[in-house]
Amino acid sequence: MGIKNYVHFEFSSLPENVSFARACVGAFASQLDYTLDDIEEIKLVVSEAVSNSIIHGYDNKTNQKIEITVTINEDRSLEIIIKDYGKGIENIEKAMEATYSSDPSRMGLGFTFMKSFTDEMDILSKPGEGTCVRLKRNFTNEQKEAFS
Amino acid sequence: MDIELKLIRNTLIIRLKGEFDMLKAEKIRRQIDERLQDDQVRNLVFNLEKVSFVDSSGLGVIIGRYKKVKEKDGNMYIVGAQPVVKKILVLSGINKLVPLFKNEQEIMKV
Repeated sequence: MGIKNYVHFEFSSLPENVSFARACVGAFASQLDYTLDDIEEIKLVVSEAVSNSIIHGYDNKTNQKIEITVTINEDRSLEIIIKDYGKGIENIEKAMEATYSSDPSRMGLGFTFMKSFTDEMDILSKPGEGTCVRLKRNFTNEQKEAFS
Repeated sequence: MDIELKLIRNTLIIRLKGEFDMLKAEKIRRQIDERLQDDQVRNLVFNLEKVSFVDSSGLGVIIGRYKKVKEKDGNMYIVGAQPVVKKILVLSGINKLVPLFKNEQEIMKV
């Protein structure tokens, strides 16, 4: 399956860049027939993944690197890859539990949202090397409603 | 993101504006917690009418304040959540703990 379009960018692990990252991905994704609802969901999942990289991957260190690649495939699906070079996740299954968070003041909802608003989610992580989250949306909300 | 705090009797109204993400969460949490130290403050109202975006960092602040208010035997309410924000609140299950209202006037009737 060929790639129709892609964008790749990287930025410092600064909280200021979370809104930049989600706005960029949202703007790129708007090339597809997405409604505002779809775009908002895409912005949310990017926000969660990038926040995770900053808070958990880099322990809030601000001079580290986060990379994002967004691809629009020939079948009009959207793929978002968020990559950091932080400390990685020891136990991915545990991290994905709805109410688990390594920081008790947070709710551990990030992965729940990412799963809810995408059709596919894979996490590759190695302690000490980093984490790569791949999120894919195969359909728009409108298409899903039409199928159901 | 702007924050406006207003105390009406023993209820602190928190009016937020803009995007409620990790950049803003810590600052807002600190400001609210400072006011919660005052014994007079027992109830909290989060007015989200002008909030265009919220993620789990923002939600974490809201849920965390719920626990604090309950420790004080107070109540918490959320008002004016736009559809995009409301969807996130419902998915998180927070709406089962904290009643959602259309606007501040509706709470006054309760």
